This record gives sequence, structure tokens and C-alpha cells, in this order.
Amino acid sequence: MQFEPIIGLEVHCQLATNSKLFCACSTVFGADANHQVCEVCLGMPGTLPVLNKTAVHYAIKLAIAVGGRINEQSTFARKQYFYPDLPKGYQITQFEQPYCEGGVVQVDKETRVELIRIHIEEDAGKNVHARDSSHIDYNRAGMPLVEIVSKPTIRSAAEAAAYLRSLRSLVRHLGISDGNLEEGSFRCDANVSLKPVGSSVLGTRCEIKNLNSFRYVERAINFEIERQRELIINGMPVIQQTLLFDAELGRTIPMRSKEESHDYRYFPDPDLPFLRISKERIKTITAALPELPLAMASRIAEQYTLPDHDAHLLTQDKVVAHYFEQVVLACENSVSSKIVANWVIGEVIPLASEQNWNMSNPVIPYESLAGLLKLIGIGTVSSKIAKVVFEEMVKSGENPALIVDKLGLVQVSDEGAIAKIVDQVIEENPEQVTQYLSGKDKVLGFFVGQIMRASKGKMNPGLVNSILLKKLDQRREHN
Amino acid sequence: MTQNSPLQPYQASALKISSMVRSGDLAVSEVVAFYLNRTKQIADRINSHTYHQVKSVEIQTRELEKRLLAREHLPMAGVPILVKDNICTRDMPTTCASKMLENFRPPFDAHVVARLRHAGAIIFGKTNLDEFAMGSSSENSSFGPTLNPWDLTRVPGGSSGGSAAAVAADLAPVALGSDTGGSIRQPAAFCGIYGLKPTYGTVSRFGLVSYASSLDQIGPFARDICDLALVHDVISGHDPRDSTSRVLDSTNVCEELIRYEPNLNGTKIGLIKELFATGLDTSINAAIQEAADALRKLGAEIREVSIPSLKYSVSSYYLIATAEASANLARYDGIRYGHRTQEPVTSLKDLYKKSRQEGFGREVKQRIMLGTFALSSGYYDAYYGKATQARRLIAHEFNKALEEADFLLSPVAPTTAFRLGEKINDPLTMYLGDICTLGVNLAGLPALSVPCGWDKSNLPIGMQIIGRPLSEKNLLTTARAYERSVGLHLQRQPSL
Repeated sequence: MQFEPIIGLEVHCQLATNSKLFCACSTVFGADANHQVCEVCLGMPGTLPVLNKTAVHYAIKLAIAVGGRINEQSTFARKQYFYPDLPKGYQITQFEQPYCEGGVVQVDKETRVELIRIHIEEDAGKNVHARDSSHIDYNRAGMPLVEIVSKPTIRSAAEAAAYLRSLRSLVRHLGISDGNLEEGSFRCDANVSLKPVGSSVLGTRCEIKNLNSFRYVERAINFEIERQRELIINGMPVIQQTLLFDAELGRTIPMRSKEESHDYRYFPDPDLPFLRISKERIKTITAALPELPLAMASRIAEQYTLPDHDAHLLTQDKVVAHYFEQVVLACENSVSSKIVANWVIGEVIPLASEQNWNMSNPVIPYESLAGLLKLIGIGTVSSKIAKVVFEEMVKSGENPALIVDKLGLVQVSDEGAIAKIVDQVIEENPEQVTQYLSGKDKVLGFFVGQIMRASKGKMNPGLVNSILLKKLDQRREHN
Repeated sequence: MTQNSPLQPYQASALKISSMVRSGDLAVSEVVAFYLNRTKQIADRINSHTYHQVKSVEIQTRELEKRLLAREHLPMAGVPILVKDNICTRDMPTTCASKMLENFRPPFDAHVVARLRHAGAIIFGKTNLDEFAMGSSSENSSFGPTLNPWDLTRVPGGSSGGSAAAVAADLAPVALGSDTGGSIRQPAAFCGIYGLKPTYGTVSRFGLVSYASSLDQIGPFARDICDLALVHDVISGHDPRDSTSRVLDSTNVCEELIRYEPNLNGTKIGLIKELFATGLDTSINAAIQEAADALRKLGAEIREVSIPSLKYSVSSYYLIATAEASANLARYDGIRYGHRTQEPVTSLKDLYKKSRQEGFGREVKQRIMLGTFALSSGYYDAYYGKATQARRLIAHEFNKALEEADFLLSPVAPTTAFRLGEKINDPLTMYLGDICTLGVNLAGLPALSVPCGWDKSNLPIGMQIIGRPLSEKNLLTTARAYERSVGLHLQRQPSL
């Protein structure tokens, strides 16, 4: 029997506000344990929550960006359970009336994932277990989150990961979250079940909690699909349960079963009035919304005549896209925008991610990269040498022209000088010349390599090619 | 002692103290000495206090003396005030009369406490209550019951019984209570003093330990209307730390009352028919009819109004209040503060269970269980859901009645102060005793408890005047008219 995976994702995304959702405590990551707490987020007797207006503003931006229906009136509810990291014995969240219902995340031109809802809620603290004691850090308690719940229409682990990447790119474009998976500001739970192809009967689902990297999401879902398939094929029941993904073992492990699931006894929080979002407010926020990733990608593809794939990569991060556009502008048509794209995608993005650059203030400012690309454009250096210069720029921070000068990397375009080296290489390699003359074109590469080595890569490759061919063909005539 | 000193038992009003302290005719230290002495003589006999320390009063006195020299604006200069022990004070414990919080000291002042300090009042101590404000007799307290100064074998009412008894015994001219279902008005009536339950949202709940958040409201006790208004003026007004707090202009009702000439011409007052039904003590009925006559003589027009859905108020209240309480009290888990079991525990769950079992009293546990049940999946609609529907109906009928009449009049309780232990094992009878006051909280209205007579055992009787939302000023004015014409509060004092 063929099975089809049914996957739905719940994403917890931390909003990038300065203060927590219901108090004035700072949200900066990495403070000492329990140094970003107050009587409100510690749930001391007599304290009351006051809703962070910026958090609501950010949440509305997201709702508009995914085209969700924003409820004019929504309510906060108390979700009750006992756990040491939950200071009040309940979490303030939205239950029956979330602020946003529906909506779509466009993954690429063809793929879209529909949403069930988005709601606003507070985060819990964190239990920290030592060898023989347990501790609680409440710095995270009360952090502002939106939970984005997708419909179970995702059909593969790869699609799930692609959806998450798009969603992360979206929240970063909107400037409402840093989408940082390692710091836990973008977390995902996956619901996975299998159904026989063609059947409308859904299988029993399992929920995998707290997946904190795109890679784990894929691995966990793929493992879970296989696990459930094995069970079903062997006639064993899939038990509804909550699972954790153990990255070291590469498998999901049970956390709790359905019988142990809580009755959360949700009810409207009497400490908070209705959350009201007026049509005017939605209009104002819509008008001020930045360009969204997909729209930006199509614009960039068209405006700079780039392949869709390049445009997609450039617009994963709004700041990178902006950087690209600034470089193009600063190059003043001395190189094609495709070359700029190649450099940003091939050199800047990997290095930035490896060295953790702040792209708003990158190690290689757009003017410097443009300066380097202009040197290619006017033939001062070859692309190959340019990479050497680029590496030096990263190391020393000096400007490209200066580096070219200092290291004597100016491209040799003097035909006489090139011809001299070409002649020398031809003389030294009679065997390869014979091969070439007997029709083995492949040895051309060998010659170019030798010539470049002899000139330390500084020869203008176009001229090297044409002179080499001319000289070899002259030999043919001599024979 | 200064000449013409008001410092005689039952002679000093908050208003008089503050004006004499401001003018320099009375030293703060004299006021403090007088009330410290009375507290020493009487507080233990009625068990009104949960906390009282000479040292803390002295520190506040010195602080205040400096501010007086600096000529700060101090509308309550030197006025001793007692605070119910479910309202947070940063320099005194806040126990809620529960073993759960017996050693708890909040790191902050409640909004109302900060306002009182700012106005020059001296926080004189904390008063006894039913644990977490759950009760109508002040018997459910880890400090033991408070006794009624009019008859030490009787309860002072509850849950703000300590504040009411202390003001009735003149251990302070004014005090704060909290009212979730009658917890200010009923003890005020049982102790023969005034008590105001303000419109929901006019007094910040920040720093009031929550019992039922949608019903709780802080309010003052006093032995006369002007003092009641004085405290209300100071504690009411918007507080951004309470999202249910309303944005209001500051009021100066007290000033206006001093100059007020009683006149109720054209005022329509409706007697709530359902609250004069069978079961009402005949002497209470008679006292209120007499009060109605007095109001008529002042020009008011008395009529009868009906609020049929009041019959749902007890069940609606005890579902909503306990549901909210079950969540509000979940934070007492022995992890961060409050009581933690000293018994060996086998698991986290066991730690929760034992700590809560030991820390909470019987009535609190009963209400948590009731509320947990009312919110449980499968029961929510039938209990909590229905109760909120009934609440809307009750609020609607109250508002309709308040279109026919400017004020509504009723008893505060069907009986006068009952004996200690009389109802403690019969929670249903105890709950039914709240019928006259619960509707006001469900509808979020302001209401006053006004002394209006004595029964044949010389126990005080109170009447309840209910107003439209935010009509505190008119409510106090009307009561002031009655007070001026009848002046009952001066006629008798408890013999302690």
C-alpha cells in the first residue's frame, strides 16, 4: 500500500520587541539567569498584565503579510497547567478568538501553505537541570510570541523545511522577529500522520516538539514518516503521542501519550480587555508594510534580468537584497548585474553566514565590493585575481585598488609580454603540442594553466586564450 | 495635648485630623500615639489585625514630618489607615490570612497604598480577613476569627472583617477593604459603619491579591461619609498597570460634600422587590422602610423596582468567582515563594500536592475545586458558560432598573451579624447570605453600605444604595443627605 504523509506545522516566533509581552522587562538574549524578571513576569501575587502595543503591531504586520482575516475583536485566555517554568500556573494565550484566522504563506511561485490561524501568547521560562538539582530561569517567561498554525497540507519533510524557510524570511523581511533558531526565537512543532493514497481517512497523528533547526525538521519528519510506515505495514497501531527529536540518535522519542494530555481549562483572562484592532489601524499598517520576499524576488529578477533562482537567494534576507541593489548601483554599469549577483551569492552570503556578519554593517561594505567589481569591469584584474583581492579585503579591510597595487596584481594585457610567455610554454612542452595538433583540444586547458602559473595568474585570460590559439595554429601550418 | 484636640475615642474624623495636622494644630506624633494606644488596648480583643508594628509607624511618622515641613500637598496628612491584608505593602507582610503566604513580603506597594502614602496617610497595620478574601464572616483565617466589636460572640462579617471591626472600634478612622461579592458592604453593615464598593475599574487592582479578577474591587471603610469620600478621592483614578482600570478625571467629592446642602428633590430611588422577600429579618425590613421614609422627606421619590434574575446571582457568582479563583490561585505552588512542604516528596507533582494541601485552608480548597470543575472540559458550557450568560442578564436588568430610578435601595444582608461558628459548617447558607450584594459585583456597579438602625440585640443594620456606573459622587451625596438628617453613626458606639 502507498502512503501519503500529512504534515502540519506550529511555529512559535518571538516578536522582536524591546520589552516582554505583559511587562517592561528587557527581551535581550543571553542575560544572566533571572536578571530580566520583575514582579509581573514572575507572577507575584497582586500583579497584573499590561499588553505590549508594539507586539500587537508586529503581529498585525504578519497577519496582513499572509493575507489572514484579522478579527476586530479577539480575546486573551488562560491556559492552565502546573509546571515550575510557568510562574502563574497558566499561560496567557489566545484560544477561542485568535486575532488572525486563515492566511497563506507563499513558499515559491508554485507552492503555498495555507494557515489555520495565528495567535499572540507569552513564552514560559526554562528549566535547567544540573546533576542533582533543578533550576529555573525566568528570563524567557513572558517573551512575546506569535504561534502560526498551518493546515495539515504539507506532504513532505522537504516541503515543511521550505515552508519554514519562507516563513522565517517573511518575519525577518517584516522586521518583526530575528527568526533566530539557535536562540529559540523561531521554533517549530510538527504534526505527522500517514494516510493511504486515495483514502480520505486520516491516520493517527504524532506531534514532534521543539525542532530548532531546519535540518532537524527534515530529519525528524522523515524519521517519523518511516517509523509510522513500518508500524502500519506490520499491522501495529500508531499511538497518538507527543515526541521529542533526539538529534544525536537521529530518532524521535516519546515524551507523553494522549492519556497523559492535559485538560487546559481555557477561559477568557479577566485581567485583559478584548484586543480590538480597527479597520483604520489595519489600513495604516498595510500602507507602511515593506516589500514582501516574493514580490521583491520577482521585481529583482525582472529589474536586473536575473534567473528566478538567483533572485530567490538574494531576497531570503531583506538586508542582503538591499546590499545587492546598492552594489549594482555603485558599479555604474561597469559589470553586469548577473556578475554582481554571482559575487553576492557565491562569495558574500556564504562568508557572511560563516563569519556571522551583521549585513546592515558588513565587513565588506557595498562600496568596496563595487570597487572590486569595477576593477574587473575595466580589465584591471581578472575574476580569478579578484577573488584573491576579495580575500585580502576581508582580512585587511583595505580598499581593492590599494591591494591590487600593493600585491602587484594588475592584469597583464600587454600582448607582447603574453606572447613571450606563451612561446616559452609551447617550447617547453613539445609532447602536448603534438597531442594538440593530432586533434586533442583538451590539452588547451593544460597550456592555459601553465601560462597562468608562469604569470602568477595575472595574464588577461581572454588575451592568453586568443594568443595561445594563434601560436598553436601557426605550428599546424608549419607542419 | 493641644487644645480642642479631637483625639478622644470616636471623636476624630480623618478629615479633621488631616486639616489640623496640616494647619499645625495637631502633631502627627500625637495622632500616632493616640491610635497606637487604642490599638494596644483593643486590637487583640477583637483580633482585627494581622500585622501591626510600632517601629514601622514611627518610620512613616518621621518621613511625614519632613514632608509637612516641605509643605507638600497632603490631603490625608497624618491619617492612620488600616489595610486589608490582601493588599500589597512593601514594608509589611501580605499574608491573605493564609498559611500559604505567612512569610510573604511583596517587593512593591499596591497602587492604592502608594496613593495613600503620597497623600500623607500612615499605613497603620494590616487587617484580618477570610483567607484570600473567600468568606463572609472572617472566620476562615490562619490568624483565627475577628470578633464583632458590638458583640464579641458574633462575626464582623467578611471577608474584610478586620478592617470593618477596627474602624467600628476606632482603631483608625478609615480602612481599606476589597469587595468581590459584598466583602466591604456586608462587614460594614455588620459593624455599623460606612463601606463603599466602587464601580469596577475605578480603583486600580494592581497590588490587590486576586481572588476573582472580574469582580474584585478595592474600597474604603469609614465612620462618616466625608471620610469615605476622602479616601475614595485619593485611591480612585486611572492606573496604567491595571488593564481593567478606567481612564477617569480625578475627583474631589470630599470637598464638595463638606459644603453640600441636603436636597434630594427629584431623585428617584427604587426598592429592589426581590431583596425584601421572605427570609429577611423583620427589624432590617423595618429599619430600611424607615430610612426610605427619611429619604422621602428629603425630597426623594421612592418606588419599587424588580430584578427577577437576581435569583441566579448566587449560583452565577459562585461559579464565576471560583472559576477565576482556581486560576488565580494556581501560582501558589511552593516553587518561587510562599509555603513549601517540609515533608519528603516523591515527585514534582507530590511537591505541589503537599504544599497546596498544607498551605490552603478548607474554604479555599473547596472554592478551587469548585472552580476547577466549572472550567473542566465537558462541563465548561453547562457551568462557567451558563454563569456568564446569567451574569449578562443580571447586569442588563440592573441597568434597566437604573433607568427607572437614579438609585436602588436594598438591605445589605438578610440578617444582622450572626454568631461565630453559626454558619461555618453550612457553606450553602453562608453563600445565600450574600444574595443582596453579589448582583452589584456581577454588574460592576458602585454601591454603598450605610448604617440605618439597630436590631433588638443592639446590632447594627445596614442599607445598600446602588448607583449607575461611575455615579460615586451622586451616591455619596445621597448618603450624605441621609447622614445629615439622621446622623445615626454618632448615636451609639460599641462598648469595648
